[in-house]
Amino acid sequence: MNLPVFIIIPLAAAFLITLAARKKEGGSAALSILAAAVLVGLSVYALFFLKGATLVAEIGGWKIPIGIPLVLDSLSAFMLLMVNLIALTSLVFSFDYIRHLWPDWKYYALFMILLAGMNGVLLTGDLFNLFVFMEIALLAAFALVAYGGRSHEFEASFKYAVMAAVSSSLILISIAVVYGATSTLSLAKIAEAFPGLAPHLQLWIGGLLLAGLSLKAAVMPFHAWLPDAHSSAPAPISAMLSGVLIKTLGVYTLIRLFYNVLGAPGLFLNAFLVLGAVSILLGVVLAVGQWDFKRLLAYHSISQIGYILLGMGLGTTLGMAGALFHIFNHALFKSLLFYNAGAVEMGLGTRDLRKMGNLTRLMPVTAHTSMVASLSISGIPPFNGFFSKLVIIIAAVQAKQPVFAVFAVVGSLLTLASFMKVQRYGFRSERPVEALQSRIGGGMKLAMIILALLCVLTSLAIVPGIREWALDPAVQAVMNKAGYIRLVLGGQ
Amino acid sequence: MTLYLLCFALFLVGLYGIMTKRDLIKIILSSGIMGYAVNLMFVLLGYRRDAAYPILEKGKEVAVMVDPLPQALVLTSIVIELGTTALLVALAIRLFQKYKTYDITKIRRLQG
Repeated sequence: MNLPVFIIIPLAAAFLITLAARKKEGGSAALSILAAAVLVGLSVYALFFLKGATLVAEIGGWKIPIGIPLVLDSLSAFMLLMVNLIALTSLVFSFDYIRHLWPDWKYYALFMILLAGMNGVLLTGDLFNLFVFMEIALLAAFALVAYGGRSHEFEASFKYAVMAAVSSSLILISIAVVYGATSTLSLAKIAEAFPGLAPHLQLWIGGLLLAGLSLKAAVMPFHAWLPDAHSSAPAPISAMLSGVLIKTLGVYTLIRLFYNVLGAPGLFLNAFLVLGAVSILLGVVLAVGQWDFKRLLAYHSISQIGYILLGMGLGTTLGMAGALFHIFNHALFKSLLFYNAGAVEMGLGTRDLRKMGNLTRLMPVTAHTSMVASLSISGIPPFNGFFSKLVIIIAAVQAKQPVFAVFAVVGSLLTLASFMKVQRYGFRSERPVEALQSRIGGGMKLAMIILALLCVLTSLAIVPGIREWALDPAVQAVMNKAGYIRLVLGGQ
Repeated sequence: MTLYLLCFALFLVGLYGIMTKRDLIKIILSSGIMGYAVNLMFVLLGYRRDAAYPILEKGKEVAVMVDPLPQALVLTSIVIELGTTALLVALAIRLFQKYKTYDITKIRRLQG
């Protein structure tokens, strides 16, 4: 399998959109949906048909210490499927949603660049290259947050860009320290050299990376930019940012660097636990008080990232399985909730929960899928959110960290409370809504229905038999610390 | 060592500016200063005393050379910073058109 296609396809699509496809009505949307569909097909192939093999592509034929490798292992394939799947549904949703904003070819071109950056982050095997792809994705994200062209969108985008500049500088310093200490930038080579470094250097590298990447993942003390940026962006972009961007740039890189490269040092795992617990509780407490639907969802993203960090910080195989499962599930239901918010905003012209009414008759698809998503995020049994939270809580008890299990349970109860508020005021209140401002397009309905079905279907991934096939290879790739070096460097 | 500490001090100057300044343009300048400090640190890492430039030529002896990789990285990071700064300035211009001010205490449509 030719690894660079994951980056070339979206970049080529962006290029062709600006060059040719924009001249035809609907051409840019069709081209980007086609590109995303091809990428979903390729990532399904990578996850299910490669049998857990690790592929290494050496760009330009340069061997590893000199050249920049692309590495596809089970963890990358798992994340690639998630990113491209959400991107495809987001594009299908955008087709009807974005038409009432600016000339839409710019939107699709920026979207494709965002996708190229994220796929690059997931595939690269080089620390500096990781930074470059991060910046590509972020530059597209800043522009997309400000896409609507209203004053508060520029404000959110500016805030986001300044915070991202700080976090990028921190990551760049850590790259400088790593290069000064190990004289290499290839992740596998760093992993080989890292245990031999002086303890204070290990602490500096870990601390700088933790600070920089936590800013990208919007973990609690570093979260200030997230509610503004994610609630101001157009709905499909909010779904991309909350659903996959913070996970790709923040959580995936944390997992990759701290497990496969730094070898899961105990001090930093404890830091993950504490940061995760703080994010779960404070994120949800701030969310309960919100009346703006999208802002409420944005605060919930912080809280759900906390669950993922909690699972990562336990350091056990079960905890990591829960964390990876929750990454996937959160991408599905949070994107679905943002699509619902976008549909309501288009139908009623408001995001304020108090101004919404009973939507079950006029917008049945939106109302019912929002119910599925609310039950998923609050962790009610047949839906996927229940299973991943359950796995994380069981893992916390097994790892002798019952206090953190209590944090997770309390966070889940408060999540349920805040989504009861959403359903009570937003979708199923007594006040009937007479008429809609504009109709919801077929593409928007299709995207919501697909994600609602997936919210139920992915809970099957916990069933023994399917689990070995879908989830376990990725968990193995993370937990097998020496394996990454061996697989990437091969016989060297 | 002193050089690295001065470099770090420069970084802190930039960070201080981003945290405390109330003017959009000054915030953009501070983020630039922070970027320069990081680039300077990269170049310092590659520096060797009395070393030659890292290009092999005919008739030139192979001697101690400056490490060329950090220089390549700095070029990349300067380009990225240029892009980010251009975007920030563009956003500042649009914000000025909307609010007629650069003062962030007066640009407060969003809370928190």
